[in-house]
Amino acid sequence: MEGSTLKDKAAIVGIGETEYSKNSGMSHLALLLQAATRAIEDAGLSPKDIDGVIPAMGVIPFEDVAVNLGIEDLKYAVSILMGGASAVASLQSAAMAVAFGIATNVLCLTGWNGYSGMRASAVGKAGDASLTATPVLSPLPKLRDFEMPYGVFVPAHWYAPLAMRHMHEYGTTSRQMGAVAVTCRKHAQLNERAMMRGKPMTIEDHQNSRMIVTPFRLFDCCLESDGAAAVVVTSAERAKDMRHRPVYIMGVAEGHPVPVDHIAARRDMFQIGLSYAAPRAFAMAGVTPKDIDVAEIYDCFTWVVICQLEALGFCKRGEGGPFVESGRIELGGELPINTHGGLLSQAHVLGMNHIVEAVRQLRGDAGAAQVKDAEIALVTGWGDLGDGSVAILRR
Amino acid sequence: MQYSKPLPVITAETREFWQGCKRHELVFQRCKDCGTYRHYPRPMCPSCGSWNVEWAKVSGKGKVYTYIIAHQPFHPAFVNDVPYAVVVVELEEGVRLVSNIVDCKPEDIYIGMPVEVIFDDVTEEVTLPRFRPRGNQR
Repeated sequence: MEGSTLKDKAAIVGIGETEYSKNSGMSHLALLLQAATRAIEDAGLSPKDIDGVIPAMGVIPFEDVAVNLGIEDLKYAVSILMGGASAVASLQSAAMAVAFGIATNVLCLTGWNGYSGMRASAVGKAGDASLTATPVLSPLPKLRDFEMPYGVFVPAHWYAPLAMRHMHEYGTTSRQMGAVAVTCRKHAQLNERAMMRGKPMTIEDHQNSRMIVTPFRLFDCCLESDGAAAVVVTSAERAKDMRHRPVYIMGVAEGHPVPVDHIAARRDMFQIGLSYAAPRAFAMAGVTPKDIDVAEIYDCFTWVVICQLEALGFCKRGEGGPFVESGRIELGGELPINTHGGLLSQAHVLGMNHIVEAVRQLRGDAGAAQVKDAEIALVTGWGDLGDGSVAILRR
Repeated sequence: MQYSKPLPVITAETREFWQGCKRHELVFQRCKDCGTYRHYPRPMCPSCGSWNVEWAKVSGKGKVYTYIIAHQPFHPAFVNDVPYAVVVVELEEGVRLVSNIVDCKPEDIYIGMPVEVIFDDVTEEVTLPRFRPRGNQR
């Protein structure tokens, strides 16, 4: 297999989303199935054509998906357990499966009732002591033993120390983080599916928002949302004959920081999973950061975007703060990011919406947020304690 | 009053650490082959792969490597604690751990601040190591 590559071997041929809201009124399973069936329909397939299922982040057992879709010969079923990095990493798994003929049409999906069902920020108020039993918020027993006793519970607590250290080492500012939030909000105004459409935000609004976990203000934190999204991946060969113009997976990779289970112990806190994954994905795709027309960057927190832009090589280490200022990451700028509004202003459905948006951009279907002549898009995932994933897509 | 905050689940792998805390000694695993300290406790040395390990007492002195201030409680038992600080302490021996600062207002904490360990006997079974500004003897 030496010399073999996944470059252009697989394509995304179907995308599907539910409505994004604070109260879906649907069960978690129904929500995921709605996104799934919409993606399958978008691909011009029937549910029985699906023979691979990847519920990213283990949001749901693959069995529930397979049974409801009436799949008769399921050839490939895995779960990707990388938190918010799972959605993009699932593209890698799906591409491998279709490239080697293990499966023909692979369904990747994420979603949850992230507001009405399991809302992280409601825990303290609701008096819900069951938090430690919530796997999403406690991926590792080591966190339970060595960090929860000190008041470390949610992703904001995990990542804020990184942001604080970044501010200390490189002079990154809260206003720079705010530029990410304001950009996402601005783009959300163009997207009818964005939860924050109709609610514009200024940098002053960001600066005046209350501190949640210093240095993260309220508007540095992404939304909590009900919703789901799904994509269908098939082989490049089959993709040619399907309903929409295929979006090819040029490069894809995942990466994990060292030690993967303990942020505090890392000698270099900014050597994140994406730092390992990005060079691999760019090498596979045969392109450089300069070739990227639009980027959908996983944005659970504003600072996480800054850190990933550095790891991707769009700017040097420590220069992510200045990079995001002055409109560079806005539509019309050098590197438009999160053209759908991102997790910060569209919805937090664990990152599959970033892939959906990248596909829309490359199909030319992104409406008012369309990047003119977008040919190459980049999508990232960030999850758990800094796991990373990246896909480079082309039309 | 009953202690209502989360407590560690003490396992075979972590028992020595927590027993040390109960004796008011901060101990970490140290590789018997390459001498590297490690935390969290693990069977193998991530630096050299060795299974030979000893538990070594450390000075308990270090500096704040980074920190956060939590303003919103995400657990019912912390409702009356906010705002509280969580710090990453880098000990003189190079090992880092997550903890809290006592005897110091959150706004007075800074990266590089010298700190030393104190031991908080929170239950019969569990003692949590926390830190205070160094030189702040009471």
